[in-house]
Amino acid sequence: MPIIQYREAIRQALAEELTRDANVVVLGEEVAQFNGAYKVTEGLLERFGPKRIVDTPISEAGFIGLGIGASMLGIRPVIELMFWSFYSVAFDQILNNAANIRYMSGGQIHCPIVIRGPANGGTNVGATHSHTPENVLASHPGVKVVVPCTPYDAKGLLKSAIRDNDPVMYLENTMLYGDRGEVPADDYLIPLGKADVKREGKDLTIVTYGRAAIQSLAAAAVLQQERGISAEVLDLRSIRPLDIDAVLASVRKTHRVLVVEEQRPFCGVGAQLAYMIQSEAFDELDGPVARLTTVDAPSIYSPPVEVEQLPNPQRILKAAVEAMA
Amino acid sequence: MTKKPSAATEGHADPPAAKLGFAGAPVNAMLSAEQKIGLYRMMLRIRRFEERSLRAYQAKKIGGFLHLYIGQEAVAVGCCSLMGKDDHVITAYRDHGHAIAVGMELNPLMAELYGKVTGCSKGKGGSMHFFDPSRNYWGGHGIVGGQVPLGVGLAYGLKYKGLKGACMTFMGDGAVNQGAVHEAYNLAALWELPVVFVIENNGYSMGTSQARSSAGELSRRAEAYGMPWGECNGHDLYEVRAFMAPFLERARDTCRPALVEIDTYRYRGHSVADPDNTYRAKAEIEEYRRNKDPIQVFQNELIAEGVLDEARAEKIDAEVRGEADLSADFAEASPFPIAADLQKDVYWEADNPGERRSGGRLFFN
Ligand SMILES: Cc1ncc(C[n+]2csc(CCOP(=O)(O)OP(=O)(O)O)c2C)c(N)n1
Ligand SMILES: [Mg+2]
Repeated sequence: MPIIQYREAIRQALAEELTRDANVVVLGEEVAQFNGAYKVTEGLLERFGPKRIVDTPISEAGFIGLGIGASMLGIRPVIELMFWSFYSVAFDQILNNAANIRYMSGGQIHCPIVIRGPANGGTNVGATHSHTPENVLASHPGVKVVVPCTPYDAKGLLKSAIRDNDPVMYLENTMLYGDRGEVPADDYLIPLGKADVKREGKDLTIVTYGRAAIQSLAAAAVLQQERGISAEVLDLRSIRPLDIDAVLASVRKTHRVLVVEEQRPFCGVGAQLAYMIQSEAFDELDGPVARLTTVDAPSIYSPPVEVEQLPNPQRILKAAVEAMA
Repeated sequence: MTKKPSAATEGHADPPAAKLGFAGAPVNAMLSAEQKIGLYRMMLRIRRFEERSLRAYQAKKIGGFLHLYIGQEAVAVGCCSLMGKDDHVITAYRDHGHAIAVGMELNPLMAELYGKVTGCSKGKGGSMHFFDPSRNYWGGHGIVGGQVPLGVGLAYGLKYKGLKGACMTFMGDGAVNQGAVHEAYNLAALWELPVVFVIENNGYSMGTSQARSSAGELSRRAEAYGMPWGECNGHDLYEVRAFMAPFLERARDTCRPALVEIDTYRYRGHSVADPDNTYRAKAEIEEYRRNKDPIQVFQNELIAEGVLDEARAEKIDAEVRGEADLSADFAEASPFPIAADLQKDVYWEADNPGERRSGGRLFFN
């Protein structure tokens, strides 16, 4: 199987869906001539032309609103946010218009739009550019939220997102764009709302997603080697819909849980998970649900300290050992 | 109302046929007597529907906000009467007039106000959120200015699909200062999209007059984006049609946007919750009503033309009052949605379980 980068996997998904469906159109800042701020869309303009690959002005509320309006007529826009952090200037369009229009119209209108781009810390770009809004997005019924961490997942999930008839928020990670992995060159789909056991284990379930899942895998290897603790790493892949059954199945096996997420603790995805686990599998738990999150402050610039603010294998390791105590 | 007169400049279209009389403009001259009466009836339907809804509101049958369009009827009816098969409409929360003008029936509209399941949005939208995509009517939007980028997106969709239509994107005079509106202007002009932005200038955004909220002239801002623009009176249905027709045609034919401002006036408070005693004089309302009431103006015109007489006008009025009353009866008799409906119409996938591809939980209680 070909081994390609995460960014290339996203590009493949875009190219395949652009080829398959004439209503798919890619819009965003610098996606065409410049080949993408992170080179995700490199070469697409050449292949698909300016009607399908569209450079926008710096006008997120404008072009996201435009994409939503076009999607109501059956166009399938895939909108790139240069950083998900910039969603705040289009908050009204995404979370009032896209999220609500189906409901407010009594189901008459739907909105098959995908908004994608990187949402992560760790690149020393400070608080304005390091937001991880998956919890904010997922708390709005009407939108779906996906956070892939491997090239394989990135391609299969994006293809599903583009074919989905609901608005899908697809959160990438600049730290993962260069990661390589096996990706089939042909058409395959990964359904939204299906978690993936990235590592099997029997002593502790680490529920995670995004880059935190990659880091959890690194921590799990050390846990096994140095402590003899067998950790299962469950990658949610989608936040909404949420594969809670997979979480509960793993909890029933290990009886201990650590949630690891690149989110602030307050009302983060892990808070919801902890609630659901205790309410639906209370008797299975041998200890409280543990959480490891980003340290609760705006994202710091200072490079070495940002590493400590975010989840990292050492912090995960420590949290896992505490969860086993 | 404090408004500055607009000067003619390049790209600025004077109301066509102004000198000839708007009745003689081609788009009006071509109307049959019955078509003219149809337009008159449409304005009256809006008026009587809203008066009936106000009574229902006062009787506590309707919750939330109720923003009445009374006084502005010629704008929606004039503009929407020009729609062709591929023309579309989107507006803000003062949306009853446009909904009726595109052809929606009164029953589902009144039922929506009552929060009933027979409402056009199944009781999920309310007064501010009427929709009927089967009539190219895309709402009904509660956030000031928020619908304007969507209108540009509808125009983008038309162009993308190679359809020869235009999207009329309505907004109030208060919406023009929202950032999203300027972003929408820019995208429409930059990408040459077939949208006609229509500012319904009723002089006030809630209790704030235009003079207290906007610098410069509203439609003239189009010049900054290289869009043609114009301004006309909104109390004369013939004038609205004569003025709008070339803008719409141009949008359809050349795939270019324009920005128009139609001067109008609302008789009622901003919403029924507005006691309307802080920001304008009763005399101002009375003067407009006496001299410029759009329904009276058109009625006088049609009577002068010999198309209509008092007896027929009274008969039409009785008919549309009856229709409005029946819509209230219909709404009253209809059931409310049930709690189990709360989580329907949220996700397409949840409503089409046979075609669901995703797994996992979509709802969290
Ligand atoms: C973003 C936003 N800010 C404020 C409001 C509250 N609000 C609703 S309507 C309105 C006045 C808008 O006036 P205008 O655009 O002139 O429309 P009109 O009511 O005259 O039709 C205000 C302030 C809102 N709905 N949305
Ligand atoms: Mg106004």
